[in-house]
Amino acid sequence: MSQARSSTAEDEYNGERHVYEPHRAGLPPLVPYFRELWRRRTFAFELSRTSMHAANTDTVFGQAWLVINPLLLSGVYYILVDIIGGGASKADPGAFFALLTSGLFLYYYITGSMSAGTTAVTQGGRLILNTSFPKMLLTVSTVYTAFRRFLPTLIVYFGIHLITGQKVGFHLLWLIPILIMATMMGLGLANLFATLQVYFRDTASFLPYVIRIWLYLSPVLWTIEMAKERAGKGGQMYQLLLTWSPINPMYGILGAQGEVLVGGTSPSWDLLAYGFGWSALILVAGSLLMMSREREFAVRL
Amino acid sequence: MTSLSQGAAISVKDVHVQYRMNLQKNPTLKNTIVRLGRRERTVRVFEALDGVSFDVPHGKVMGVIGANGAGKSTLMRTVAGILAPSQGRIEVNGRVSTLLALGVGFNSALSGRENVTLGGLAAGLSRAEIKEKYAEISAFAEIEDFMDMPMRTYSSGMYSRLAFAVAVNMDPDILIIDEALSAGDAHFKKKASDKMAELVSKARTMLVVSHALGTIKELCDEAIWLHKGKLIRRGEPDEIIAAYTKFLQVGEDAITLEDF
Ligand SMILES: Nc1ncnc2c1ncn2[C@@H]1O[C@H](COP(=O)(O)OP(=O)(O)OP(=O)(O)O)[C@@H](O)[C@H]1O
Ligand SMILES: [Mg+2]
Repeated sequence: MSQARSSTAEDEYNGERHVYEPHRAGLPPLVPYFRELWRRRTFAFELSRTSMHAANTDTVFGQAWLVINPLLLSGVYYILVDIIGGGASKADPGAFFALLTSGLFLYYYITGSMSAGTTAVTQGGRLILNTSFPKMLLTVSTVYTAFRRFLPTLIVYFGIHLITGQKVGFHLLWLIPILIMATMMGLGLANLFATLQVYFRDTASFLPYVIRIWLYLSPVLWTIEMAKERAGKGGQMYQLLLTWSPINPMYGILGAQGEVLVGGTSPSWDLLAYGFGWSALILVAGSLLMMSREREFAVRL
Repeated sequence: MTSLSQGAAISVKDVHVQYRMNLQKNPTLKNTIVRLGRRERTVRVFEALDGVSFDVPHGKVMGVIGANGAGKSTLMRTVAGILAPSQGRIEVNGRVSTLLALGVGFNSALSGRENVTLGGLAAGLSRAEIKEKYAEISAFAEIEDFMDMPMRTYSSGMYSRLAFAVAVNMDPDILIIDEALSAGDAHFKKKASDKMAELVSKARTMLVVSHALGTIKELCDEAIWLHKGKLIRRGEPDEIIAAYTKFLQVGEDAITLEDF
């Protein structure tokens, strides 16, 4: 009996038997969905490879540009915040630069996944019209591309880490769960916005504003410590910012990364909890939204 | 599992498909917000398939005919799993390869080779399987020189040659073809119909939509006639074609569809 059942399951795994029915509660059966997603993962990697090739990201200069661009950006923000803005931390400019750079890189990894993912479905038009496959493959592929683009910046960051004399040790291993959370959040946001983009074709054009404002509200250009200090001195804006920060999904992840990389310690539990809670919530919500809607995509494109 | 569905390669039971048409010309967030105040309905529901049931036994070729807008392409896309039925159940036993009206391809900026690979991977083939079939595909389509060029540089005939070559060379158990036999020039048409005959002789299951009634007569073991989302009649191709042709000549008014 159990053997018979496993052979049916295997048939399905090989794509040999398909049943199409209206979805109960709007969702496809989850186990077969993720099994298919896993089975066709090569597609996501190949799509990523092809699009990076098309964008010349796989050449030496393409790689260099991936690094130069965010470095210039962090240079600009450093000048803006530290020199023009009256000095964020006169005490240790090196540490502040390291914090700013690492924060920007991580922030742009997450929002880069989001903005590339937003057009993933609408650009997959023909394929969606002709083939039945889990649409999340398209967003997984763009998040994988974003990760490949993020890696070289991580290496550059470690150069800065060493030059500015930040601590090296086992506490840096905390970076792994932080990156996992960032990836979960990036994929969740990509699923969410890719679905919205199918229904509202101007979603992608709102994103640059969202990304900009969200950056200012997140602890990238300012540090949690600095905000606390200024709030203590009666800075009302900083007080507000700190009170509402836990509902900013980026707060936990970026704060935790700052503590690990520049604080030189393991991250505080509340930041980890916020980071994990938000990235899990966004991943689940974004994915459920996409899965409940994806069979409509073929008609909407 | 019932014995009926076990014997059939494709079993379609009481399938309904609805299109929800958005009447907004430009579905944007801005437009949606701007027109919030106006109580205008912008969504219309259209029943493109209305309780269609049939099954295709293993190794048989089923033809589908019907006027424009009858729901043939909708049926093909639903059986291929691209559209979801709003009611009913479809069971497909075997590996499916589809050749739908829109052809292969995914991104016309990518080369034919990249499109074939990505399309195959998305359809669930392994990299090794695609590699194995690749030479066969480009040779069959006779466009080897163009395989590494972006697909936007292809003529429409080259496009459909490649689409046909991919669909038939993937070794499917079940082939779903929607009006794609007219692909290419006379030479390629001959080649395509030979290939189809070969697949028929290899006892592959097929679901074929064509306005070329001759093709249906030649290839199919059985045929169904769809009209306005309903299955009007099912039977021997000759008989169905005769009824359909008569209907086309006399028109809907003279013949009540209930006669059948
Ligand atoms: N994406 C869509 N959105 C809304 N309605 C659609 C959509 N696609 C098709 N329809 C409608 O569904 C009906 C059936 O269309 P379908 O494409 O299945 O017809 P068909 O039998 O393939 O016709 P043809 O012979 O012209 O190819 C038509 O009335 C059409 O207007
Ligand atoms: Mg059609």
